[in-house]
Amino acid sequence: MDLKYLFRPSSMAVIGVSTTQDSHPANVIYTKNHLRYPVRTYAVNPKGGQLNREPVYQQLEEIDGDVDMAVIAVRAKFVPDVVEQCIKKGVKGAVIISGGFAESGNHELQQKVTDIARQANFPFVGPNCLGIYAPDYLDTFFLPSERIIQPKKGNIGFVSQSGGVLVDHMVKFAGQGIGISLGVSIGNKVIIRETDMIDWFEKDPETRVIAFYIEGFEPREGREFIKRVQNCSKPIVVLKAGKSPKAIAAVSSHTASLAGDYRVFSQIMKQFCVAEAENEYELTSFCEALSCYPKGSRGNVGIVSLSGGHGVVAADACSTHGINIPGITPQTAGHIRQKLSIGVRQIASLANPLDLTGSCVDSDFETSVRHLSRDENIDCILVLLLPYTPGISADIGAKLSQVARNEGKPIIAYVPKEDKYKIIIEGFELNNIPVASSVEGAVLMVKALKRCRPC
Amino acid sequence: MLSKSDRRIIENSRLRGWVLEPDAKHMMANQGFDVPNFILTDSIQEANKFLKLSSGPVVAKAVSEKILHKTEFDAVVVGISEEKVLEREMIRLKTLGGCEQVLVEEMVEGLEIIIGAKNDFQFGPVVVLGLGGTSVEIYNDTAIRMAPVKYGDVHSMIDSLKAKNLFKGYRKKPGVNMDLLAPLVVNFSCLIMDLEDKFQSIDLNPVICTKDRCVIADARIMLESET
Repeated sequence: MDLKYLFRPSSMAVIGVSTTQDSHPANVIYTKNHLRYPVRTYAVNPKGGQLNREPVYQQLEEIDGDVDMAVIAVRAKFVPDVVEQCIKKGVKGAVIISGGFAESGNHELQQKVTDIARQANFPFVGPNCLGIYAPDYLDTFFLPSERIIQPKKGNIGFVSQSGGVLVDHMVKFAGQGIGISLGVSIGNKVIIRETDMIDWFEKDPETRVIAFYIEGFEPREGREFIKRVQNCSKPIVVLKAGKSPKAIAAVSSHTASLAGDYRVFSQIMKQFCVAEAENEYELTSFCEALSCYPKGSRGNVGIVSLSGGHGVVAADACSTHGINIPGITPQTAGHIRQKLSIGVRQIASLANPLDLTGSCVDSDFETSVRHLSRDENIDCILVLLLPYTPGISADIGAKLSQVARNEGKPIIAYVPKEDKYKIIIEGFELNNIPVASSVEGAVLMVKALKRCRPC
Repeated sequence: MLSKSDRRIIENSRLRGWVLEPDAKHMMANQGFDVPNFILTDSIQEANKFLKLSSGPVVAKAVSEKILHKTEFDAVVVGISEEKVLEREMIRLKTLGGCEQVLVEEMVEGLEIIIGAKNDFQFGPVVVLGLGGTSVEIYNDTAIRMAPVKYGDVHSMIDSLKAKNLFKGYRKKPGVNMDLLAPLVVNFSCLIMDLEDKFQSIDLNPVICTKDRCVIADARIMLESET
């Protein structure tokens, strides 16, 4: 089963376009790909005719060239027939958008489609899904481009059982400046499942972190998932739904999958170093942190700030999330004290969290981060950077990134997310240092590194 | 690997749906796990002989197809050191529904833990480790891992418990001997992989841990209904 033609097709047929209804899902998909993506796009409807002055093919067979993949948006009962036509034409994969299968009780119809596809080794995404968003390649989401905010191209591969959750998270990713390599809504996940996606992403050089929204596994599928996790070299983040009895009931009617005992799921994820995010905030923070630091750490954090209050807030958040703030060695404190600027040497507080005070300058941050990095009690450093004080320059992001590169320990920064401070944020981010827009978000990034370690 | 006698025990228990305690203990002993010395008898003389030969007090338990949760039926008597008490309790236990024989076994004292297994719908066999005894459901201080587990997993399971200091030794009380507990849990997790298609859940509860033993004081195996 080669998924290359599904995710990187050079030609695509959209089957089920309407010649009368512009907002029909198939029309939205046809139009956006036809106009905005490099994929050669064909419209198909047995009635034929024209769509936006382009031909509508009555049959797949009428299309002259090869068709790499098909988007199927016809009514459920016609899907088996359409899949057979795709196989006959030599199409190498499909996205079945159509609903009306197992999720609404039509298990037999779903089985029929599955059997046809399996026999021909024909991979498809869905049914009952939004399909694939591959920045720069294609977009099978039936959502008009002007309605959604698309994340930029990046290195997070995101797979979701729910199309709605995927889109909503993509919007949130875009808001946080996180890019994705590929987003797939797998819907009823009949053929292409989470396990296949791990295999794809493992080999995909554009993906550095794999994120999942999971409602439930089928019998023993969890064990299969773990097997793939064990052979995967990239960090994996999961957001699990269906934790409470009510949610479990909603899940089973939603995507026709059964949710299992949540405690079992959660603890097994920990056992195999899969970072389970408790909510959407953790999901975005985890993805961002792990895309910079795939190896994880024990999570003993050193905190540097120029505001005592921010140190306290961060310490509270660390305590909530089970992150240890160890004491630093007297040698570390001694080295830092000796090299601090005259203005703060006497007043800076060098117990972890470090408070450099509002009188500090760039070099005080550099000194602190450098020597904290060399302290064996410290695994990663949280820099709470408030760019309001006169001593902090616009270069601080780039300067601290340089220190991080030389010392080799993970740094995570908090910088207020304002246009005015963009140069500081970019100073970090362009050098692969993750930046959070809140103290809590920065602490969640530390948590991500800890979650990716064997427990 | 399951021995022939293990397989026979399971086949003979199918109809009931669960394995009686003496049989479950035989299976555990076959794996090389530590179980208390015990006799299964309906004779008061035999029981008293066992008590006399024991170095300390004994426990008497009703063995009945009708009694799955023994404490609910008052079917366990601990700390028996006098013949007349043993006699009285033997007579009483035998009046309990379905009880034909009584399990008389040596009594071990130490930290009561649970080592359990569940055949999870999504993940297959998983191991549960935590604070045991009859209050296990109230505290639910347990850790879960997918089987088979490694030695490191056993340590991390204990580290994740609220009761971890009880395992490690607390206020001059000795902790659990990890050189005994870790292999027990690891080997148990391999056993449940061998039993994968045969069991629903297993409770070794309590497993009594001291600084030189981890003894399976009670064992219950719930079988998968035949499909």
